[in-house]
Amino acid sequence: MRTRITWGRVLAWVVLWFFVLATVLPFYWMLRTAFSDNQALAAQSFSLLPADFTLGPFKRVFGLATPEEAMAEGGSGASLSFWLYLRNSLVVATAVTVGQVLFSSMAAYAFARLSWPGRDAWFAVFLGALLVPPIFTSLPNFLTIKSLGLLNTLPGIMLPSLFMTPFAIFFMRQFFLGIPKEIDEAAMIDGAKPWRIFFRIILPISAAPVTTLGILTFINTWNDYFWPLLVGQTEESKVLTVALGVFRSQTPQGAPDWAGLMAASLVAALPIVILYAVFGRRVINSIGFSGIK
Amino acid sequence: MTTAAVARRPRNQLLPALGMIAPAALGFLVFYLYPTLRGAYLSLTEYNVLGSPVFVGLQNYVDMAKDDVFWNAVRVTFLYVVLNIGFQTVLAVGLAVLMHRLTKSVLIRGSLLLPYLIANVVVALLWFWMLDFNIGIVNAVIDAIGLPKVAFFGDEAWTVATIAGVNTWRHLGYTALLVFAGLQMIPASVYEAAAVDGAGEWRTFWRITLPLLRPVLVLVLVITVTGAFQVFDTVAVTTAGGPGNASRVLQLYIYEQAFARGHFGYASAMSVVLFLVLAGAAFAQMRLLRAGESDLS
Repeated sequence: MRTRITWGRVLAWVVLWFFVLATVLPFYWMLRTAFSDNQALAAQSFSLLPADFTLGPFKRVFGLATPEEAMAEGGSGASLSFWLYLRNSLVVATAVTVGQVLFSSMAAYAFARLSWPGRDAWFAVFLGALLVPPIFTSLPNFLTIKSLGLLNTLPGIMLPSLFMTPFAIFFMRQFFLGIPKEIDEAAMIDGAKPWRIFFRIILPISAAPVTTLGILTFINTWNDYFWPLLVGQTEESKVLTVALGVFRSQTPQGAPDWAGLMAASLVAALPIVILYAVFGRRVINSIGFSGIK
Repeated sequence: MTTAAVARRPRNQLLPALGMIAPAALGFLVFYLYPTLRGAYLSLTEYNVLGSPVFVGLQNYVDMAKDDVFWNAVRVTFLYVVLNIGFQTVLAVGLAVLMHRLTKSVLIRGSLLLPYLIANVVVALLWFWMLDFNIGIVNAVIDAIGLPKVAFFGDEAWTVATIAGVNTWRHLGYTALLVFAGLQMIPASVYEAAAVDGAGEWRTFWRITLPLLRPVLVLVLVITVTGAFQVFDTVAVTTAGGPGNASRVLQLYIYEQAFARGHFGYASAMSVVLFLVLAGAAFAQMRLLRAGESDLS
């Protein structure tokens, strides 16, 4: 019986590695293309190494190449201000992460550990927002941001997700419910008020789920395209994902600047890859049904 | 009254509770509840953003019923959902079972999850490049082995399948990890009993793993199908709906009606329909697959 299974296991490993390679190799291809001379790509489509290695694509992305240099390597010659988009993405994702995690945790604490009339009913109402698809709220939210005069500003991009998401409240409440009641009670006997208990006791012992939620929120905000496309169209308010979409449509019909496009994509993906390299295990372990069941 | 008694009795902590939910409640009211009601109302109006909404009753819905592009968008979106969810779910279950039987390696799980964490836009551009007709690596390989090149994004027959494939690549690891989490909830004793009875791998999978996985599969399907119906980024960045209307999915059409044509009322009516389709799909999956019942009893 063992020998029969061994062959099956070998086959199973081969299939598993096929999937791992199919997942990872496209990223290598992105890297390889980003360091290539765009003019040389066509002739060397099979080469596993960059076609005529150059840092040109990155120079084009960050506006460091002169138009002549850019043209020589197959760029469009148009200048891009990727530093600005990178800064915008960082500001938006950081602000939303801090605001959403803090405010959602506060609400989750009130829903999980304070007793007040109507608590569970209100929680159900908040959770109901999970059912409404983003497209449905996006159109009216665009009008709200417009009438607030915040179109094409970073606060306009942040605002709808700055205060809460149903998922964030649900996620934190689930953790708070598991903390022993004695901890609050002991603090209350010492005369501590709920605010103090939350900030001095509950939040510090919740560092792990707060970090996990923070990473997930940051990644989601960083990657979002639809909402910032609606409300952040000017140079000053464009985030990386929106700029990437435009970069692609700016390239002339005949010969797209693939190397520049991949360099820009790499820049947009890099912060997430770094975050993932540091906190990977936490992200992986957060995927499951512990809270849903 | 002693302090201990004060602490033990359930107290009304309304005031601090209100303070703590205040920011979240503001966000909920302004950016979730209000837009939901306003969206439903706008669907009954004609509104081009500049003036004020004019109530027209169900006119938008009547127009929709006669709009060929809308029906085409519905058809394209359903085709996308079926292809994407079909490939993705089958592959994810297979991959999850492989991981469950072979390894606990975090590196392998971590690699498989990576595409899911990268922006849709980046993933779309990467595949747009690799599947390029002229010099993309995939067509270079196809050409080298003597087959005719494929215009993955440019050929009407391929474009929806291509977009579904790209997003399958992005979501496969995530879906597999969800299923994997479900597999870990199946007690090992069940497998031991099957092994004692002499059941092989294949039979164990069909008779034990799959039935016990059903409640988890329903949840996975509800999550992934809901996401798939709202496909937008990948299409917007690559084909922008083309060639012709071949990949003009519902959310892209809604976006165009609202922001390119200024038909906010009509766009709102279509998003009401999308909302209802999503709710209906989730409900149908729950019922069809009897999510609540477990075979573990």
